[in-house]
Amino acid sequence: MSAVIEEHHDHHDHKPTGIGRWLFSTNHKDIGTMYLWFSFLMFFIGGTLALVIRAELFEPGLQFVEPEFFNQMTTLHGLIMVFGVIMPAFVGLANWMVPMMIGAPDMALPRMNNWSFWLLPGAFGILIASLIMSIMGMGSAPNFGWTFYAPLSTTYGPASTDYFIFSVHLMGISSIMGSINIIATIMNMRAPGMTYMKMPIFVWTWFITAYLLIAVMPVLAGAVTMMLTDRNFGTSFFNAAGGGDPVMFQHIFWFFGHPEVYIMILPSFGIISEIVPTFARKKIFGYSSMVYATASIAFLSFIVWAHHMFTTGMPVAGELFFMYATMLIAVPTGVKVFNWVSTMWKGSMTFETPMLFAIAFIFLFTIGGFTGLMLCITPADFQYHDTYFVVAHFHYVLVTGAAFGIMAGVYFWLPKWTGNMYDETLGKWHFWTSVISVNVLFFPMHFVGLAGMPRRIPDYSLQFAEFNAMASVGAFAFGFCQLIFLYNVIKTARGKTSVKATGQVWEGAHGLEWTLPSPAPFHSFTTPPQVK
Amino acid sequence: MIAAMRVAGLLGLMLLSGESLADYQLNMVPGVTEFSQGAYEIHTMVMWICVVIGIVVFGAMIYSIINHRKSKGAVAADFHESTTLEIIWTIIPFVILIVMAIPATKVLLAMEDVSGTEMSVKVTGYQWKWHYDYNVGEKAEEISFFSNITTPDSLSIATSGNVVKGDNYLTDVDNRMIIPTDTKVRLLFTSNDVIHAWWLPQFGVKKDAIPGFINESWISVPEPGIYRGKCAELCGTNHGFMPIVVEALSKEDYAAWVDGQKSAAAEVAASASKTWSKADLMAKGEQVYATFCAGCHQANGEGLPNVFPGLKGSAVATGDISKHLDVVFNGVAGTAMQAFGGQLNDVDMAAVVTYERNAWGNDVGDMAQPSDVKAMR
Ligand code: HEC
Ligand code: HEM
Ligand SMILES: [Cu+2]
Ligand SMILES: [Cu+2]
Repeated sequence: MSAVIEEHHDHHDHKPTGIGRWLFSTNHKDIGTMYLWFSFLMFFIGGTLALVIRAELFEPGLQFVEPEFFNQMTTLHGLIMVFGVIMPAFVGLANWMVPMMIGAPDMALPRMNNWSFWLLPGAFGILIASLIMSIMGMGSAPNFGWTFYAPLSTTYGPASTDYFIFSVHLMGISSIMGSINIIATIMNMRAPGMTYMKMPIFVWTWFITAYLLIAVMPVLAGAVTMMLTDRNFGTSFFNAAGGGDPVMFQHIFWFFGHPEVYIMILPSFGIISEIVPTFARKKIFGYSSMVYATASIAFLSFIVWAHHMFTTGMPVAGELFFMYATMLIAVPTGVKVFNWVSTMWKGSMTFETPMLFAIAFIFLFTIGGFTGLMLCITPADFQYHDTYFVVAHFHYVLVTGAAFGIMAGVYFWLPKWTGNMYDETLGKWHFWTSVISVNVLFFPMHFVGLAGMPRRIPDYSLQFAEFNAMASVGAFAFGFCQLIFLYNVIKTARGKTSVKATGQVWEGAHGLEWTLPSPAPFHSFTTPPQVK
Repeated sequence: MIAAMRVAGLLGLMLLSGESLADYQLNMVPGVTEFSQGAYEIHTMVMWICVVIGIVVFGAMIYSIINHRKSKGAVAADFHESTTLEIIWTIIPFVILIVMAIPATKVLLAMEDVSGTEMSVKVTGYQWKWHYDYNVGEKAEEISFFSNITTPDSLSIATSGNVVKGDNYLTDVDNRMIIPTDTKVRLLFTSNDVIHAWWLPQFGVKKDAIPGFINESWISVPEPGIYRGKCAELCGTNHGFMPIVVEALSKEDYAAWVDGQKSAAAEVAASASKTWSKADLMAKGEQVYATFCAGCHQANGEGLPNVFPGLKGSAVATGDISKHLDVVFNGVAGTAMQAFGGQLNDVDMAAVVTYERNAWGNDVGDMAQPSDVKAMR
């Protein structure tokens, strides 16, 4: 290791080679690349599980999987998508872009960076091992939903729950180390002249997200540790028969879980705030109000957790408090949307793939925001809670929100990473097929949810048949469209596209990362640029 | 395939006529109680507010996308800040939120007011059935029973195809919860194992049934009728198969039902003191097994590998009968095998044990009598 580091001082662009380049990497770009590929792989695994779910729900009756296995599918799909796809993709983007955007040579803590990535394959190896064992008939994989409510996951959890606990601990450590690194980088390594209020919005959103992560990942770790001791060492944190409290589990889980949903959207807000000005050829509207809005969303996210628990029987004062607090989140979220629209207003827009995904994000995330507003109205939530209406809501914010933001970011920065333009035609195909199929997939879920279909069920009554079949058709279409994305990324990375990217890449691009050549050099800014 | 054709048909219908969609419900049910109608009204109001905001915001975006494009020669303006605008679009949403919050608060406060109830029913969630107990609170009656899905064949791929899928597919139970109309009925919710949620859309009630907790809510149903719902909280393997059916009867019919239940209970008590023939025990046992045990041990007695043990040829089911009775009566601590002593009466318990010992080729030949079970109590 030290030999490698010393070498860096002599030849600036010397890359270590072979497997060691990846295993021992301390380079922010290589680590970013690994995060992104890891996330991509998990996207296809989690997606396959989702397709098993949708295949089973295509028509009434049980056809492909037993109810027990079905529950394992929803659980692992949720866990993989949340912890294995969205979060690692964001960390990968932060790794690549934060040092370049603030004019730094690398991340502040490169060795920790290596460690925080390499914990992830371990964590997911363990989780997926439990699924493989289940398929081979050696006990059940986690089957209690990604929310793992006690006592279903404690007293009644399968043996593999202990694997799950260990895996969550590893993911938590990885995320905490990743966030410490991002905070340290942003606080200490900004180029001279780059004050906080001159940082790109993507950097700002990640800065705030990293604090959220540090605040709530330990809470999650606490919850799973209490589960561990309840299961194996005779404690009764969540066991009513021993004087424990199953509702307390939900409070702890959602104290983590609600900020977690903002962890999964704020960096996408940042990406969209980079892309829209670039393709509208106009500065972001209301920079400082964007920053304040992000910070207020982050603050509010800590005081709304029990809106997931209205049906647990809270005192009415609690229900009112959590309803009002949740409604408040709509205000800063609205500010963000209005600012994006104002940025587009009277711009000079072009519609390359990143912009298309960004615009789809604004439309579809807003739809998810509207259903969110509906959900926070407590008396109505009694009807929506735990139905497909909620499933529709969180897929609008996670898939057409978080995931579309990531896809937009990948198209936006891929030329900078690889030095090659991606194939625009394929990009457009990917966009249009995805945006149509994703709505065929998720929009009908609103209807079946309102009509009374609970979530997490392997079979349903006949009146839900039509829209479920429609959603399943959309699901398979959406799943297969992602292969276009995969192909396009590989083709670009291998330099098989005809156009080489310039340093500037996009006509309207502003910011330090675009002052570097494409592909960006192995060590980003060896001498700090001056920001005016 | 059939479903695919129905989708095609549905899309066709939507395009051609826009009617005949009655079968497919798109929206929340208004329901029959004050709550459900309150929830429906506020849902409708908030939804329309969202639609209007959506039209304004999306309208502006679409206008801009069409007109402010480079290919049309648009040149970027350079405004990028306006404190006035930021203040305006902070305040307007805030006001809209207050407009929503006021009626929401009113509806909520009414829902949470459980004063003046005339009778109570205690609802207990079990994996995977409901138990209704009328022996609580005001007007307590010695009535209690379990309510199971009527089609245990729905629970596995092998048998799911045998089930006739009619209008009430997956929403029929053997014993309905019965309530009188126009009576403020207090509902108390708890659970015997994991968390369940009792949800009846037509009443606008969804409450978690949590072990160690008692939650409450109330209903007052104006019209006699049959109302159907589902368990709404993931509660394990057969979460999808624990429907809820409530039948509201006029006050007179309700009183008659109460009398009927009482005399039925007396009959059961009498039958427990006689000696049963093996054939009768087997017939009764098969029913009891289907409703109480097949969810885990499966109708064919083979269980689910590594989750629920098979009883076909199992050591307990073919071994000493007192051990077998003990396992069923007291359960196996720390596992999903509950103590059925409190759930099954003497006859049912004797019957199911006899059935397990002589079904699926177990052929032990012996049997348990209700009096054997009585001796264990
Ligand atoms: C919620 C699931 C569930 C239900 C319902 C259930 N069981 Fe069980 N049963 C189990 C589990 C799990 C075990 C294994 C317990 C252990 O680990 O020893 C078991 C074990 C048994 C055994 C011992 C089998 C052996 O060879 O060790 C018998 C007998 C039995 N159950 C009978 C019944 C009867 C009779 C009913 C219905 C009245 C019933 N079970 C309902 C889950 C269930
Ligand atoms: C990045 C993309 C996605 C994310 C982050 C995501 C996230 C989630 C989460 C968190 C759950 C809840 C799991 C639980 O209830 O325990 C879930 C459930 C589900 N998802 Fe996804 N999902 C994604 C993509 C998809 C896709 C592409 C499909 C369809 C093909 C899909 C279909 C489903 C279904 C059917 C459920 C089950 C709902 C239930 O019964 O609880 N998801 N998803
Ligand atoms: Cu939340
Ligand atoms: Cu349930």
